[in-house]
Amino acid sequence: METGANPNPMLPKFLRVVKRHRELPDTWTLDFDPVGGFPFLPGQFNMMYAFGIGEVPVSISGDPARPETLVHTIRAVGKVTEALCAAGPGTEVGIRGPYGTAWPVVEAEGGDLLIIAGGIGLAPIRPALYHIFANRSKYGRVSILIGGRSPEVLLYPAEVRQWRGRFDVEVEVTVDTSNQAWRGNVGVVTSLVRRASFDPAVTTAFVCGPEVMFRYATIELTKAGISPNRTFVSMERNMKCAIGLCGHCQYGPDFVCKDGPVFAFDKIERLFRIREV
Amino acid sequence: MKRIADLVAEHPIFADLDDADRELIAGCGRNVTFKPGELLTREGAAANEFFAIRKGKVSIGTHVPHLGDAVIETLDAGDVVGWSWLFPPYRTHFDARAIVATHTIAFDGACLRTKCESDPAFGYKLIKRFAAVMMDRMQATRLQLLDMYGNWR
Repeated sequence: METGANPNPMLPKFLRVVKRHRELPDTWTLDFDPVGGFPFLPGQFNMMYAFGIGEVPVSISGDPARPETLVHTIRAVGKVTEALCAAGPGTEVGIRGPYGTAWPVVEAEGGDLLIIAGGIGLAPIRPALYHIFANRSKYGRVSILIGGRSPEVLLYPAEVRQWRGRFDVEVEVTVDTSNQAWRGNVGVVTSLVRRASFDPAVTTAFVCGPEVMFRYATIELTKAGISPNRTFVSMERNMKCAIGLCGHCQYGPDFVCKDGPVFAFDKIERLFRIREV
Repeated sequence: MKRIADLVAEHPIFADLDDADRELIAGCGRNVTFKPGELLTREGAAANEFFAIRKGKVSIGTHVPHLGDAVIETLDAGDVVGWSWLFPPYRTHFDARAIVATHTIAFDGACLRTKCESDPAFGYKLIKRFAAVMMDRMQATRLQLLDMYGNWR
């Protein structure tokens, strides 16, 4: 797969928002239609610049097979993301990228897949899901485990319903808290691992969500027999340059922007247990 | 038709016990099914039984005044419902309600306690299994308390 790497990696493209969609009260999806398309690999991210306010890394959450539309789902957690979430159609945003490593969707072919997404972590992993659905025959069993805070704040609910309707994937959703109106699972997403169908000897796991979640998810995956070198996690750090120069996102000997954000767990397992790295 | 001992052998919590232990356990068990919405246990009621879920889904919850019934967790096939039968005053702490048609093996708590007391080796094996369930549930609850999705920045 070719990606749309910019010749000058520090120079943003100026793209206008063509569509803005509210996902949750604090989470919005922005669509852009870059001239010539915007090829990327599932799991990569862009630096998004809200002019006059600042720049932040945001994972690409669209379909890698449809590079004509660049999609970002953004949660408003600070000044820049608040400005991006407020950017209506026609608003110009600076975008540079794509950067970083990808989910190993090609390397995982031939085996089972276990995908764990928590909260807004579903957004960075959605491109991998699109790729897997489009190439479904290349994989064995596919289990997707989704965790959220409560039923009202589950991301992409209509799409998740569609996925659950497929006969060729197992999709389980769980929430941390609910009332009796919710007829699905209640409990932490890691508790779904033992209910999923997979052969650990041939399974590749992708984990995306809050770091504390994948700390416990990786424990469950190891208990289930999935090797750390076939478990992949998407790390989040404070990226600035996004090309491995400034050191803001240094993670031990690696830079999350350049050597990640997707890491094989065996590569970072040692650092993972050290606080404040 | 399957005997209770056969159903006991199929359930993960008893999977690695020997036949003699399973027969002991099965002697306190009976096959019980619940319709959707039906209560397995009610908060505050006598905890006379626990349930090994064979098929179905059960919610564990409590009533919160002015907010309604809150669900704390859901349990599925392979899980067990209830450990209050183990400890005095043998009162249930939460409501357990079938979300869908649910098939269980219901075990008489007093019957099992008597067998545990008279055969401590058997009792130890049984309590170890329940301790593992309690540890899993406690760790899961701690993660839920973190509100990790809400705090992710």
